[in-house]
Amino acid sequence: MEQTTSLVQIKGIRDGLLATFIDAAWDDQCLALLAQIDERPAFFQGARLAMDVGSQVLKVNNLVDLRDRLSERNVSLWAVIGESPTTENTSQLLGLATRISKPRPEEQRHDVITDDTALFINKTLRSGKRVEFPGHVVVVGDVNAGAEIIADGNVIVWGRVRGMIHAGAKGNRSATICALDLSATQLRIATEVSAMLKPQKDPKPEVASINSEGHLQAELWRAG
Amino acid sequence: MTAQVITVTSGKGGVGKTTAVANLATALAADGRKVVCIDGDIGLRNLDVIMGLENRIVYDIVDVIEGRCKLKQAMIRDKHYPDMYLIPAAQTRDKNAVSPSDMIRICNDLRADTDFIIIDSPAGIERGFRNAIAAADRVLVVTNPEVSAVRDADRVVGILEAEEKGTPFLILNRLNPTLVRNNDMLSAEDVLDLLGIKLIGVVPEDESVIIGSNRGAPVVTDPKSRAGQAFRNIAKRIQGQDVPFMDLEQQSGLWGAIQKLTGRK
Repeated sequence: MEQTTSLVQIKGIRDGLLATFIDAAWDDQCLALLAQIDERPAFFQGARLAMDVGSQVLKVNNLVDLRDRLSERNVSLWAVIGESPTTENTSQLLGLATRISKPRPEEQRHDVITDDTALFINKTLRSGKRVEFPGHVVVVGDVNAGAEIIADGNVIVWGRVRGMIHAGAKGNRSATICALDLSATQLRIATEVSAMLKPQKDPKPEVASINSEGHLQAELWRAG
Repeated sequence: MTAQVITVTSGKGGVGKTTAVANLATALAADGRKVVCIDGDIGLRNLDVIMGLENRIVYDIVDVIEGRCKLKQAMIRDKHYPDMYLIPAAQTRDKNAVSPSDMIRICNDLRADTDFIIIDSPAGIERGFRNAIAAADRVLVVTNPEVSAVRDADRVVGILEAEEKGTPFLILNRLNPTLVRNNDMLSAEDVLDLLGIKLIGVVPEDESVIIGSNRGAPVVTDPKSRAGQAFRNIAKRIQGQDVPFMDLEQQSGLWGAIQKLTGRK
């Protein structure tokens, strides 16, 4: 149930119908909306309508007029979303909602996660950022203090690690964490937790893994 | 004229946001600019005290938003600079009395005949912070050379980037060159290395800042103060002038490092 004309796009959302206006004069937009409703009166009968008016600046009489004309057609206007504070004010004055819960786009990550799937992050993770992924995670950038990565597989950071990293989060004890500079506040692999690693004067690439005694340890990375 | 809206924020409290706002506004006004400061810290207002205007407050920003007065009536003229105004925060309300769209509307109403609108953000990353950054064209993040302050600044930079407010500029406040030399304090280089944003000024630790704040006379008006000089330089950089960074230390180490880091784009 999606229909497009040049000025108004109407689609179904969880809370009813959402009309999105393309930039044009307000009067033309109203006419386009009403024309669409008049084309298929049965479909719109008794509908709850929300409008996204973009940057349109609307005064009380603009909205009252449209609301009346909509209710003549048995369509009830319940929400107006707009960027302009004036419009927001007007809507609030008229007792209309100014926010709707937009349907969340389905996360694309739930496709197929195999053992070889990795999430590639090409930027620094700042404090407060949390990344959870059911595969491997590769970061080109730093993981700053206060950032967290939780991965079911391995974690590789081409940069400095100062935040918290948990590899093998679902219990994979053979997971590893590699970084150019591993001065993390805390590292975890499966159920093992390491205390803070000392920041090094002259950082070298390191690999953290669970050793034969069952402890989490970091050692210098060696080629071959 | 179309004003530039500058928001000063930090994440952590007590790093010198309000002091920076008062000093930068005063420096800009001294350069002949028309400046309006807005105290965004509803419920915990301080900017009026530091600017020495607390006994002149009749109306505040919440009065404007709720229609009890005109915007002009809430603008308090500074004692020394006739082209500098303060819109004070309400002390008896909280952050929810203001919405981001209120801030955008007030700034838009001011833009036409102002050069700079400087908004003092409250500490934290909640509603008050979001109000303060809503209208910003440019954001200045203030931090101290302390691990906790830098970490909070990092969080704020992350939020600003996520909200597409652009990469903010950094003011490193209260740097003590002696402690840095003895490796007892993070250097400007360390902080920039951690945050990865552009520096707009380093303000040295200077007790005349506190004296000025308590007297309601921002330190920037004191020609002998090092911190005052640093704030004057930041104000020049805000106006688009290329001012070299102050030599906080006679040694070339820190100076060279700052120059190297800021030259790198």
